[in-house]
Amino acid sequence: MDGGCGGGCGGCSKDDIAVEFGDEPHVLAVDDNLIDRKLVEKLLKNSSCKVTTAENGLRALEYLGLGSDQRNTLEISKVNLIITDYCMPGMTGYELLKKIKESSVLKEVPVVILSSENSPTRISQCLEEGAQMFMLKPLKQSDVKQLKCHLMR
Amino acid sequence: MDVLQLQKQFVDYRASLYHEGFLDEQFTQLQELQDENNPDFVVEVVSLFFEDSERLLNELTKALEQQSIDFKRVDAHVHQLKGSSSSIGAQRVQKVCIAFRNYCEEQNIEGCLKCLQQVKHEYSLVKTKFETMFQLEQQILTAGGSIPV
Repeated sequence: MDGGCGGGCGGCSKDDIAVEFGDEPHVLAVDDNLIDRKLVEKLLKNSSCKVTTAENGLRALEYLGLGSDQRNTLEISKVNLIITDYCMPGMTGYELLKKIKESSVLKEVPVVILSSENSPTRISQCLEEGAQMFMLKPLKQSDVKQLKCHLMR
Repeated sequence: MDVLQLQKQFVDYRASLYHEGFLDEQFTQLQELQDENNPDFVVEVVSLFFEDSERLLNELTKALEQQSIDFKRVDAHVHQLKGSSSSIGAQRVQKVCIAFRNYCEEQNIEGCLKCLQQVKHEYSLVKTKFETMFQLEQQILTAGGSIPV
């Protein structure tokens, strides 16, 4: 099984497919549901991504170096994409998105929001706040292929 | 039974689970994620589902036994269960969860209790179905065959 986009992604230009990753893209996946974390991890690994999972927004921010007690921006882990669930207790995916976009260091990292609810208000709210994409759960292999093609360079 | 018969039995059984609505397309997605590097992926995820669901069902039972029911808390647990069941393709469990959430929103105690009974029942059924299916897979492997895709 090759790690590239292959023929399954109609949206890729020739140039995109020609881009080789020196390292595997690193994705941070945030979800409070254990089964969903395991699933998204496998989906991403099957697409040759390095994956780190976090069970809530606070943990995700700590990992990214934006924790409330982290002043040292050198602690930031290099991440190429953040995928987060919308509905999480404590900090929602939307709130996490806002914090990321407020950070001068992290605002360029694409953020994808996942939700089981196909709510137009929710979708526009997230896109307006700077989310790259909004996707419906449960995630499929074809969704991840699409993500990889369009977001990770 | 020879390998071919075991394989047929397995394929028919799995097909019946789709026909009866126990499983949906998402379970197929799950199976497709399994490969030689992770030959036990499906069993692992389904086992996690069992553990997580049993924990949630216990929490739901406790929450609905309270004098003053915290419907937000009940809804949060049902939301989790709905998510997990949807992610592995346990369609019938997911469907009950949808109705359950509606009753939570209405703060309808009777409706919630009825749904709790139903979801426990559907969970128990799908658990047995999965266990039977895994047993059939094991029989095929023991007989030296491979699991039909």
